[in-house]
Amino acid sequence: MELERSVQTAGPKKQRSNILYSKKAAPYIFVSPFIISFLVLSLYPFISAINMSFQRVLPGQTHYIGTANYERVFNPVFFTALQNTTVYVVWTVVILTLIPMIFAIFLNHRLIMFTNFFRAAIFIPALTSVIVAGTIFRMIFGESEAAFANQVLQLIGLEAVGWRYGAGTAMFLMVALASWRWMGVNVLYYLAALQNVSKDLYEAADIDGANAWQKFRHVTFPAIKPIFIFLSTITTINGFRMFEESFVFFETSSPGNIGLTMVGYIYQEGIQRNDMGFGAAIGIVLLGIIFVVSIIQLYLTGAFKKEGA
Amino acid sequence: MKHSYLTGKEKMIRAGLVVLFSLVALVALFPVISLVVAAFSPSSDLMRFGLTAQLFFSSFSMDNFQSLFGGEAGAYWRWYVNSLIISIVLIVLSLFFSSMVGYALALYEFKGKRFIFVLVLLILMIPFEILMLPLYTMMVNLRLVDSYLGVMLPLIVAPIAVFFFRQYCLGLPKELMESGRVDGCTEFGIFARIMAPLMLPSFAAMAILQGLASWNNFLWPLIVLRSNDMFTLPVGLATLLTPYGNNYQVLFSGSVMAIIPIIVLFLFFQRFFIAGLTSGGVKG
Repeated sequence: MELERSVQTAGPKKQRSNILYSKKAAPYIFVSPFIISFLVLSLYPFISAINMSFQRVLPGQTHYIGTANYERVFNPVFFTALQNTTVYVVWTVVILTLIPMIFAIFLNHRLIMFTNFFRAAIFIPALTSVIVAGTIFRMIFGESEAAFANQVLQLIGLEAVGWRYGAGTAMFLMVALASWRWMGVNVLYYLAALQNVSKDLYEAADIDGANAWQKFRHVTFPAIKPIFIFLSTITTINGFRMFEESFVFFETSSPGNIGLTMVGYIYQEGIQRNDMGFGAAIGIVLLGIIFVVSIIQLYLTGAFKKEGA
Repeated sequence: MKHSYLTGKEKMIRAGLVVLFSLVALVALFPVISLVVAAFSPSSDLMRFGLTAQLFFSSFSMDNFQSLFGGEAGAYWRWYVNSLIISIVLIVLSLFFSSMVGYALALYEFKGKRFIFVLVLLILMIPFEILMLPLYTMMVNLRLVDSYLGVMLPLIVAPIAVFFFRQYCLGLPKELMESGRVDGCTEFGIFARIMAPLMLPSFAAMAILQGLASWNNFLWPLIVLRSNDMFTLPVGLATLLTPYGNNYQVLFSGSVMAIIPIIVLFLFFQRFFIAGLTSGGVKG
């Protein structure tokens, strides 16, 4: 409505050099929502997280306690959480960058049929919420001998397993849930990158007598490398932020903390025990870890090298 | 495809690939199928088999859905409505604000442009989990705990969407903005009437991603919502998962119903989804 009016009456208004017509002011008006939300919802909380981490936060009163929170951070529970999270990160990064790459290359093969169906089928898990997906996983990997996964184990002559009660199997459940949900999305990313590989390059490689591995190394991989770096970075960061996969299997407490993650630890201390200062300190340490790991990873994958681009 | 020209080796590769991906598709779909089977099975079955996953019906029953629609669902439909309201408002607001920012970053020249873009990337790298305790304190002070606004506020401008819209807008023709100016359009009018229609594929892709993110969002609503009646669907369903909340009838039929809006959203925008994703990624 208003737009229509502004267009119709544009002529006369223009003379007044209305702010609505200013090419200079427009970008600032457009980015202002972002600036405001950045200041209020990112910068301020970020500074107060750092501030909080040096405080003892009690209802109605807070006081500075120096680095006491940080001295408390490095305790056995923290290291359990860190270890769980790190193992989870390593597994999910390996599984969620390499297997989708292989799947995408196969799905992009000229001989494959029903690609649309296969693509849709492996993408569908991404539409479910962790809570819904976790519910099903708890059914499949139930403790009873009648649970589906245990029946499969018994069928091949193994013993039924109490999936949620062992450290190894608990990790398996969390990694399997994440892998199941994100596999299809990552395959789509790789497929998108593969569409851009020129057919000429493969023909040239054929003429030069390159074998399948050489074609992968010199033609396919360079083309999908940016996506590979992107996915491994994103998967690492998301891995360190993991909370829901653990929550859906264990709520907030697991036997011997086998399901405790870094964010789970922040939630436990900051929200459940209301020890906000300590929770904030764990958060700052987590941020440092993510930062260092991301830098190392980007360095190793060569993202910092300028490759002709 | 040219079936007749396939050599024996090629036929074997084709068969192998189809078998491989049929297995992959089965693994991907099995959990979803078994959820549907559980939802349409008599509730006595759920108990008898100790909540195990099945691919096939032993007997078909609407029991679970009857308890969902027959007034025994507790607060389930409240959660559903809460999630719908929050997700729809968030999709509209975050698409509106994020697209404006991305648009300005891509198509205008102005002082501080690079700085703002770097800020976007920086926020992308800071995990929300670091900010959640101060944000929670903020919501307590603003008395927004247990409210729709409290859930939505931190998500209204999504840096990932800003980044995506910027990449997409880099590929739009700037000349159209000039012709809009000549025709006497306001700067916002140029955005809304001329450029936004060109951005439809990116809007569709982001509607799906933002819709998925807010519909399935869990940690922040878990923290900021208190009362059973204000819960969103994931938070509410999670209460049914606890040892004390053994309402499996509602849990299974409710989980099936929880996926439906996402599938509708997906089918509605899917045509543009992959096109939007790839063009956003390629340009830049």
